[in-house]
Amino acid sequence: MARDVLSVPAAAAPSAIAGDGAGRDADARRPRRGRRLRWLLLAALVALGAVVLSMLVGGRPSTLAEVWHAVVTPTGSVMDVTIRELRWPRTVTGVVVGACLGVAGVLVQGHTRNPIADPGLLGINQGAALAIVSATAMAGALAPLTQALLAFAGALVAVVAVFLVSTSARGGATPITLVLAGAAISSLCTGLVSGIVLMDDQALDALRFWQVGSVAVRNGSLEVIAPFLLVGMVLAVANVGALNALSLGEDTARSLGVPVPVARTVGILAITLLAGSAVTHAGPIAFAGLLVPHLARALVGADYRWLVPVGAVAGVAVLLLADTAGRVIARPGELSVGVVLAVVGAPFFVHLARRRRLATT
Amino acid sequence: MTQDQPVRGPTAVPAPSAVPRPAAERAARLRAQGLTLGYEGRAVVEDLSLDVPDGLVTTIIGPNGCGKSTLLRGLGRLLRPRAGAVTLDGESLDRLSTRRIAQGIAVLPQAPTAPEGLTVADLVSRGRHPRQRWYQQFSSGDEQRVREALAATGVLEFADTPVDELSGGQRQRVWIAMTLVQETDILLLDEPTTYLDLAHQVEVLELVHRLNRDLGRTIVMVLHDISLAARYSDHMLCMHDGAIVASGAPDEVVTADLLAAVFGLAAHVVPEPVAGRPHVIPLSPTAAPAVP
Repeated sequence: MARDVLSVPAAAAPSAIAGDGAGRDADARRPRRGRRLRWLLLAALVALGAVVLSMLVGGRPSTLAEVWHAVVTPTGSVMDVTIRELRWPRTVTGVVVGACLGVAGVLVQGHTRNPIADPGLLGINQGAALAIVSATAMAGALAPLTQALLAFAGALVAVVAVFLVSTSARGGATPITLVLAGAAISSLCTGLVSGIVLMDDQALDALRFWQVGSVAVRNGSLEVIAPFLLVGMVLAVANVGALNALSLGEDTARSLGVPVPVARTVGILAITLLAGSAVTHAGPIAFAGLLVPHLARALVGADYRWLVPVGAVAGVAVLLLADTAGRVIARPGELSVGVVLAVVGAPFFVHLARRRRLATT
Repeated sequence: MTQDQPVRGPTAVPAPSAVPRPAAERAARLRAQGLTLGYEGRAVVEDLSLDVPDGLVTTIIGPNGCGKSTLLRGLGRLLRPRAGAVTLDGESLDRLSTRRIAQGIAVLPQAPTAPEGLTVADLVSRGRHPRQRWYQQFSSGDEQRVREALAATGVLEFADTPVDELSGGQRQRVWIAMTLVQETDILLLDEPTTYLDLAHQVEVLELVHRLNRDLGRTIVMVLHDISLAARYSDHMLCMHDGAIVASGAPDEVVTADLLAAVFGLAAHVVPEPVAGRPHVIPLSPTAAPAVP
């Protein structure tokens, strides 16, 4: 009996209060979904274009034909080797790191309900830096892979510490306790890092090179971290429904049947694995994790079912375009992607901030 | 858009039935037994027992800080009991998954907020969450439910409008639509009329009335305005210092004695002329001079 009225077709349902007409036509929601799909496809197209550009542009630019030659029928020419051994791994790194940072950024802004949050907020970069400098200070210069895996371990430990601190607060991990605990642990790590590098020159060198953040670094860590990264992506996708509910507030989320502590844990685990993978692979790349979520929201709105995939492809596009631009701007040298992102990203971010209010999380 | 205008029907809105339906003969799916609720060290509600009569509109009134909202949060498992239990169909909420509870009880928290730019249809569709699985996110059946809820709450025309562009009353109807698509028999509303002007308060309460009358929903709400509560409720509870001090039909609960004892308010209670429900007229020696 309860549902009788609701089962009347919507157009015929009596709107006793609202004297409005039938409203919009029955497909009111369709165009919105179509528009989002179009933005997703467009972003994917731009990302694909960025991949191609990244393969073409270098110290000596190559043609599409040369890239084709290198990929399909390599003969070991200089250009073949350049493309296969330098540009391809670099592009792969850019794709992986861009997707990780984009998705991690979307998740961290969602879970903290904070539009200026980025994955670094949870202490990931500082934890990685601390692991690297302390290990270098104790054991001398590190092999690239060792350093990368230490960074991953350091990032994990830092986030676990942030999470434990914030859940020990009354009411568990809320946006506010997360941000505060993240700030505290980050400061602690930064302080320790500063202390160590003041006393140890080798650690300072390690930190300086690592800190810039570059997709040109090849430390062989991708194979090792790939499983973590994939788990992170799966968790991110599994988290979207809960994030949509959590964006209405914790009480509303709980009343919609979201087990809030579980959802927070899954989300933070995903952020850690993704941003941790990125920092392991390419060092701390500033700004991507902050910028990409805003870009994604401008394209598809506040629905995490769309924000996560769009964040991934937009992250790829942004990172590769920045890296490619860095190879062109400072010829014959190159600017690392971290520097380009900060320099180009900041004005773009200001533009976004002026164009629309940013409180959309 | 004329969004500040409360939307009125073509004819006069139906007044709630003049005679409140008695709670005594009703069964109760949602019950509280020996419930103690609190924050930090402080117990706000202590050893409280309560049956929520099925199919009626129950309103909780009481002075600020008496534990009304705390009780509602407890009934909706937003707050874990320190002692005692809330049961749904005889089963303690503590033993049910939050998702399972969300299929039986919908809660509208006080002053909920939506992300900026979120459209009405998107917000309401999030109410389908407890009915969905992560691998099948949004079906056409869900979409149909959303449209029906938008129509039932009279906000269908705003489906693609951002929630933050609506008036307070419209926004509250949108939130109620979000609880409707959960398809629960029980609806808990925490101060659904807060921050609304009188016309919008009436608009929301008329909607509550229709949800109860037309869709058979059991409703428990917290209200501050005692006269409006009396007008729109079958059953009323008055709380004071974490305990229920009066319960029953509006004319049994809303009395001058109770207002004096619980609110410290000297008032006349008179039957209002439309439905004959009790109406509060506060007395104050310093307020308006007597009309000659």
